[in-house]
Amino acid sequence: MNFVLSHLVSLIIFTPLIGLVAVGLIPSDQKQAIRWVAFLASLIPAGLAIALWFSYAGGGEGFRFQEQAVWYQAINATYHVGVDGVAVPMILLTGLLTPLALLASFNIDDRVKPYMMLFLLLETGMLGVFASLDLILFFLFWEIGLVPMYFLINQWGGKERRYASFKFFVYTMAGSLGLLLSIQLIGLTAGTFDIARLINIWPSFNKEVLVGVPISMIKTVAFFAFSLAFAIKIPLWPFHTWLPDAHTEAPTAGSMILAGVLLKLGAFGFLRLVLPLFPEQAHRYAPLLALLAVIAIVLGAYAAYGQNDFKRLVAYSSVNHMGFVVLGIAVVAWVAGSPSEALRQSATIAGTGAVLQMFNHGLSSAAMFFLVGVVYERAHTRDLDELGGGIWQVAPIYGGILLFSSMASLGLPGLNGFVSEFAVVRGAWPVFTLVTAISMLGLLFTGAYILKGIQKVLHGPKNPKWAGHNMEMNKREIVVVAPLMALMLLIGVWPWWLASVINEAMKRLVG
Amino acid sequence: MRTEELFTWLIPVPPLLSFFLIWLFTSRSKTLSHTVAIGAMAVSWVLSLAVVLYALTTEHFGKTVFASSVPWLPTGDSSLNMGVLVDPLTAAMLFFVPLTCLMIFIYSVGYHNYGKPLDAHDASQPGAPAHNGVEPMYSRFFAFLSLFAFGMLTLVVADNLLLMFIGWEIMGLCSYLLIGFWYARQYDDPKKITPRQAAVKAFMTTRVGDVIMMLGIVYLYFATTTDKAKEILGLAGGTLSFRAILYNEEFLKYLVSQPSVIVGLPLAALIGLLLFAGAVGKSAQFPLHVWLPDAMEGPTPVSAMIHAATMVSAGVYAMVRMFPLLSAGWHEGGALTAPMMAMGVIGSFTALFAATIAVTQRDVKKVLAYSTISQLGYMIAALGIGAYVAAAFHLITHAFFKALLFLGSGSVIHGVEHGAHHSQEHLDPQDMFNMGGLRKKMPITFWTFLIGGLALSGFPFITAGFWSKDEILGDAFANGQWIVFATLAISALLTAFYTMRQISLTFLGEPRTQSAEHASETPWTVTTPLVILAFFAITAGYVGVPETFPVLGPLLQAIHFNRFHEFVGGALLELPAAAAFNVWPLLVSLFVALGGLWLGWMVYGRNPLKAGQADPLARPLGPIYTLLENKYYFDELYDFVFVRPSKWLAETVVYRVIDRTLIDGILHTVARAALRLGGFFKGAEKVVINDPPDYLAGGVQWLGKSFRVIQTGRVQNYLLIGMLVVLAFGGVYYMMLAR
Repeated sequence: MNFVLSHLVSLIIFTPLIGLVAVGLIPSDQKQAIRWVAFLASLIPAGLAIALWFSYAGGGEGFRFQEQAVWYQAINATYHVGVDGVAVPMILLTGLLTPLALLASFNIDDRVKPYMMLFLLLETGMLGVFASLDLILFFLFWEIGLVPMYFLINQWGGKERRYASFKFFVYTMAGSLGLLLSIQLIGLTAGTFDIARLINIWPSFNKEVLVGVPISMIKTVAFFAFSLAFAIKIPLWPFHTWLPDAHTEAPTAGSMILAGVLLKLGAFGFLRLVLPLFPEQAHRYAPLLALLAVIAIVLGAYAAYGQNDFKRLVAYSSVNHMGFVVLGIAVVAWVAGSPSEALRQSATIAGTGAVLQMFNHGLSSAAMFFLVGVVYERAHTRDLDELGGGIWQVAPIYGGILLFSSMASLGLPGLNGFVSEFAVVRGAWPVFTLVTAISMLGLLFTGAYILKGIQKVLHGPKNPKWAGHNMEMNKREIVVVAPLMALMLLIGVWPWWLASVINEAMKRLVG
Repeated sequence: MRTEELFTWLIPVPPLLSFFLIWLFTSRSKTLSHTVAIGAMAVSWVLSLAVVLYALTTEHFGKTVFASSVPWLPTGDSSLNMGVLVDPLTAAMLFFVPLTCLMIFIYSVGYHNYGKPLDAHDASQPGAPAHNGVEPMYSRFFAFLSLFAFGMLTLVVADNLLLMFIGWEIMGLCSYLLIGFWYARQYDDPKKITPRQAAVKAFMTTRVGDVIMMLGIVYLYFATTTDKAKEILGLAGGTLSFRAILYNEEFLKYLVSQPSVIVGLPLAALIGLLLFAGAVGKSAQFPLHVWLPDAMEGPTPVSAMIHAATMVSAGVYAMVRMFPLLSAGWHEGGALTAPMMAMGVIGSFTALFAATIAVTQRDVKKVLAYSTISQLGYMIAALGIGAYVAAAFHLITHAFFKALLFLGSGSVIHGVEHGAHHSQEHLDPQDMFNMGGLRKKMPITFWTFLIGGLALSGFPFITAGFWSKDEILGDAFANGQWIVFATLAISALLTAFYTMRQISLTFLGEPRTQSAEHASETPWTVTTPLVILAFFAITAGYVGVPETFPVLGPLLQAIHFNRFHEFVGGALLELPAAAAFNVWPLLVSLFVALGGLWLGWMVYGRNPLKAGQADPLARPLGPIYTLLENKYYFDELYDFVFVRPSKWLAETVVYRVIDRTLIDGILHTVARAALRLGGFFKGAEKVVINDPPDYLAGGVQWLGKSFRVIQTGRVQNYLLIGMLVVLAFGGVYYMMLAR
């Protein structure tokens, strides 16, 4: 037991690989066995993540559950992991979403074995990013998270999967390139890759190491490279166009994880690396970040409203929702270290709202993509006009669940999305007043596209297309969304349990 | 926690439980579902009554209140709390909201033909109104209704602006779900709005107000966190609590003294205006009034729920609640604050504007819808001129008689539908021109509707509507707000006129169609709520009879009945002075009510319309009639100015032009350039990179051939070579690391 507790984070990161090996040992034609083993194996990290949550939420501040081991001695990189109030919710989210995504993938029939293995590898990559306290390790996991997703889209995707996966891969790689170079630049200059140490020394680091290159320039270059890599991942406007394509083509479970967790890696990068390491630069460019965020919010909502493909509509909703995350981050970046207590409090609220929004969007977007998948599997089309509505009549359970998830996505008070959006808007108002006011236009149009989706799928007179089809969700599918719905409601009614953990981390970040 | 506080916490809970119970477990059983829903609502009603009784028996209630809260969202070192509050205003709301809700719940049982078998045709067409027999989605209806009641009760007992907003938005969702309840309904006329379109319209229009209101909430919240504010409030962090903000004179003064982000507007004024935008949407004030008439697409109990007991009164209630903030800096007789000015102008304009439209409507429910908009305008205008108590008073009396009227109209429609089923006619059962003579066919409905109609018209001395309207007019007169006074008086005249028109067209004369001929009275579950509401449509007025009113005032005073002014006024920091009795506004009030009714009688009542006869107003009014009939063409205008451009912007500009063409265009160009560069490198590579390795490969081959000598096939030799290699590599590493 002691061993488990003292190595909890490492166990969480690497237990998916046990599942990977186990799945690898099963013959390829035993599809059902492969599915169940992968699903059950993914429950181990899920359980450990919950254990981590409860042991973390108990008390204490800063990076906890740290583990450090010799790793890449030659370049002074160590295996250093640990979690804080931002990482723990994200690990919990990843731990919970992966089994659900695997369960959602039970209808995959083509090359089940590599599919499941890739998924488990993906989980390790994502968890690793959230727990890394070493830049090289961070980058390693960052890339591990990229490759399986590429194959999932490329091999199990829709018609345009080659274009979409290529766009996704190259775009993200373009960001990664700068990330890697900047990591090396920082490592070379500061002599360490340890994030926990760098947070303390790098912002005030003032030694000139590379001959003739001023340190401020190195910092600025690194700041932009980091920001670009993370902005692409979030994705922030105007780097977002890979997202609708990738989502539309990805298999259902791939979209669930892509929207649910992978996008969060970008926002997490901002919170873990950009803000603590480059407070000055972050402050300087915070208004730009806020501006791009509000453009993402408004144009994301408009673009979603302009879609006729249900999945693409949901994909664009991610651009819209993640905009609020970025807005919250921009507020923290601008205010951090400010002498005004009222502003610092606002920034804490905004930052808490941003992380909460990451969690909430993880839940609601995963649910929405899954529900799109459910209807696609039965109707074989996602085109809203082709669907022609009338599904509520033949699938009342599905109708209720879709309405519920849509409302969470819309930010209906009483469900989770509202809490985080309110917190971000509350925090951003005194800092970026005009931008926040404009973002309300996005909130308005969130309603428009959500209602458009509901109306075109559920509403309408009896549709002869569905006669003789079983459109209703089956038990397995209900089991996939039920936990998500329960969490949406719980957070909406009682956000304290989650927000208090994030709040502590934000207070330290804001200063 | 004290009992009354615990009770307050519990008030909204039963309907919520009922919603989940019906959704998850009982939806297959209609009997079980309505039992759960009505039972839950009854529990809430009893709890509310208990709390109201506690409040009435508490000394100096208003100075003391019932309140309790718990932390909800961490905000740095402090927290945002959520809780409940009962002050006199809440108590007044708790008296009528659960009661009307309960009536509506019971009414729904009969309205949806409970007890009749499920019609086979209806069962095959879920999502469309049942033609005959019980509603197929009966359970779902009660689930939605329960959630709606939960939203409203949450809003009423909320102790802070955010919780109130939460209840507010939950109601928004429910009204969306309920207006679009018959989501599959299709009309032959493609121009006629379907329920599902009306639902979206209602949600989106109110959301315009809501998002602006949200800015007001966050602004107010931030304003409580500045150093100075914290000092005044004596709090560690910010707050949205009504008690903390609205009953702290010093803090209100501080808000008035601070500048806002808009130059020249004090902080309090801007926050007030932002909050008012929410009420404009929710209470369907001009220019966001367009959703409410179309909300009539929902089943009739929904109309009553939305237009009387709950949603639209929520907007006015919020404004009454926030009145100390809205009027911060104003004192009786002084200059109005900006939010008050806005309320006065928009409210009185809406009152008149909607009344003119109501005059020409043919649909029995649409008349009531416009009349609701108009009456809400009354209340808003009353707040605008500072008549706080009068606004709250009219809110309550209106809730009773308007619920009565809507339920009555539903009963009428139900009766006519029944007749239509009998006579096999295809007609619009809501069109008043298809009715006539129903007083004999549906006597209970007629008499109760008449009471409701007279209350709406402000029929003197007997009905509740008279007392509350008179008080508003009296306050406007006393405050010297002549324009508001005149506008409201004219709208009162119109109100009485169109009410008489409605009663005449529906109930008087002879039946104009076969359906009306065969209409029959509705079951007891429908008529009982009508009778109960009719009772309150008369008596609810007496609690507010001014003490200074001749004869009746002192009489009621003697038995402590007309305590409304003192009780609800007690919710304010300073008990507002009751306007002194003045005979002029009373005379005007008598004149407009009776005059309007008389005019209506002259045009429609004296010579009832015959079948096929056109509206007698159509000819004399000419183009004005067409303009009014088409609601001043606001739907068309909004469609042209907002809806279409938004669609175009979304589909064409944002998606096709910006994303697909511009951004992806740049990306593809970059990609192609990279590809070309790659092609160039590929060529260069052949010379620079590809060929040398080829030579290298050749070299290795040659080396391999040469080394064949040591491939002796002897294990010992291999081990020897292996060891040498390891030693060599080890040496290199050692040198590198030791450096």
